[in-house]
Amino acid sequence: MISVDITRRLGSFTLAAKFETDTRGITAIFGRSGAGKTSIVNVLAGLLQPHSGRIEIDGHILLDTAKRINVPPEKRRLGYVFQESRLFPHYSVQRNLTYGMRRTPEAERRVNFDDVVAVLGIEALLERKPRSLSGGERQRVALGRALLTSPNLLLMDEPLASLDTARKQEILPFIERLRDHFDIPIVYVSHDMDEIIRLADNLILIDDGRVAAMGSVEDLTSRLDLRPLTGRYEAGSVIAAEVTAHDDEFSLTELAFAGGAFRLPRIDNPLGAQVRVRIRARDVSLALSRPEGVSELNVFEGRIMEIDHTQSAPQIDIRVDIGVPLWVRITRRAAHDLELREGSKVYTLVKSTSIDRQTLSTQKTVPLSTEETP
Amino acid sequence: MDFLTPIEIEAVVLSTRVAVWAMIWSLPLAIAAAWVLARCDFPGKSLLDGLIHLPLVLPPVVVGYVLLVALGRKGVVGAWLYDLFGISFAFSWRGAAIASGLIAFPLVVRAIRLSLEGVDRRLEDAARTLGASPLGVFFTITLPLIAPGILAGAILGFARSLSEFGATITFVSNIPGETRTLPIALYSFTQVPGGEAAATRLVVIAIVIAFAALAASEILARRLQRRMGGAP
Repeated sequence: MISVDITRRLGSFTLAAKFETDTRGITAIFGRSGAGKTSIVNVLAGLLQPHSGRIEIDGHILLDTAKRINVPPEKRRLGYVFQESRLFPHYSVQRNLTYGMRRTPEAERRVNFDDVVAVLGIEALLERKPRSLSGGERQRVALGRALLTSPNLLLMDEPLASLDTARKQEILPFIERLRDHFDIPIVYVSHDMDEIIRLADNLILIDDGRVAAMGSVEDLTSRLDLRPLTGRYEAGSVIAAEVTAHDDEFSLTELAFAGGAFRLPRIDNPLGAQVRVRIRARDVSLALSRPEGVSELNVFEGRIMEIDHTQSAPQIDIRVDIGVPLWVRITRRAAHDLELREGSKVYTLVKSTSIDRQTLSTQKTVPLSTEETP
Repeated sequence: MDFLTPIEIEAVVLSTRVAVWAMIWSLPLAIAAAWVLARCDFPGKSLLDGLIHLPLVLPPVVVGYVLLVALGRKGVVGAWLYDLFGISFAFSWRGAAIASGLIAFPLVVRAIRLSLEGVDRRLEDAARTLGASPLGVFFTITLPLIAPGILAGAILGFARSLSEFGATITFVSNIPGETRTLPIALYSFTQVPGGEAAATRLVVIAIVIAFAALAASEILARRLQRRMGGAP
């Protein structure tokens, strides 16, 4: 359990963040630039001193201004991956990787050097100097360097923000492998909702230095009132599911979720694996009666929970309860013709091929404390 | 070194020894002073800054005289040092090293301070999160990163020490083999009739030494740059 309650004034800006989150899986901190995300992780790491507050991680008190406890950064046992890799230019990749490891007491080294090098695919870089590495390679080395201190918690401050799209796609699988392979909790700061939906279990929304909302990624991304905060991203729903069957004849995989079962093109995850499916709102269509003779394999009955009337755009977003919330984006004209209103019974049609590897992530979904901030 | 006369050899060796020792005592202090000026903020900082820069603007003779009053055998600090440790700086080459190091001090501090201010503090923060104590960060990150600045400062200070005249002659006088450094030897030759030829030879030697020091610093700087993973 991570428990944070800190305040810090910076000119006219006040950071007053209070949250609790599980130390399993990935907790994302999301907010616009200037919202105070980086300040929060810097306070966690001990690089920034809050005026008052308390930080506790799994029973270890790192900061308690009331009791005058303030553990210095080097004794907090947290790993930190920065936006810019911050590799030491005068050391080789090997020396960079072992810098923190050598300073970790032998008894506490749980992370194996060869393991990290293999998982991150940096064997060939060990003798090189940071300057000769590409941006993606540097970030992988920085990940390894933080990981090799065997931290109790890994902080990542927009580790992909300085990379182009291709490099992001190169690093994302490594972060997923870190999470699955080393079982170290991660606090992940980002302003990219797509990244968060792919990686994170829990989400903390920061607005103007305060916690605006927190909860599971599934819950927060389905809330219409948070749209102004979460900003523009490919609207859709995130649904937790479990692999229940593989159909070899048609090359399909069946996923069970709270409202039934999806079928999608065959994936490699074993039976029983927890996965998260992201269904884009524009890939779902609606019908008033159970459709016959359609090609969609996934048809779910549901009830309309919410219609977003605020937009004057040609499309509107509708949230349908099919056991879990599902976002549907249709034209305003269609909604008018079908006379859709809140409470209406509808059938949702999801095209199987719209669910692919990009919208799927392997995931251990973990509950998050739902205590609200004042 | 057949082409040099014994007097010239003596002056060159003495000057080099004085300049080397001047750097040995002043470099650690200069690094500390540069660190305080670049990193700390406290009331009276500009006073300290001024004090450190004083030898740059004062006539060297004034510095030499102050040293004589303070560190001479009967000086305020000098008498105490002599009684307690038997150390004396007056009329010895050690005093020359103190004088020339002090004159060069502001130049050395300046070079190191500039280089310190160019260090990316975020690298130091990163090292802290990796488990390094503030002192550990200084020795493993900061010091290697400012090594080129320290080298530049040391070479500059060394060259300034070699050419020191006013403070040295005031403090430790002109004793052949003890305090008669190259500039003082040169001055002595100009004071005797027919010394022009010998003086000219010393001028040439001074120029050669200055060039050698510059070339050495260039080579060392390139080697450091390569170690930092940068372009040569």
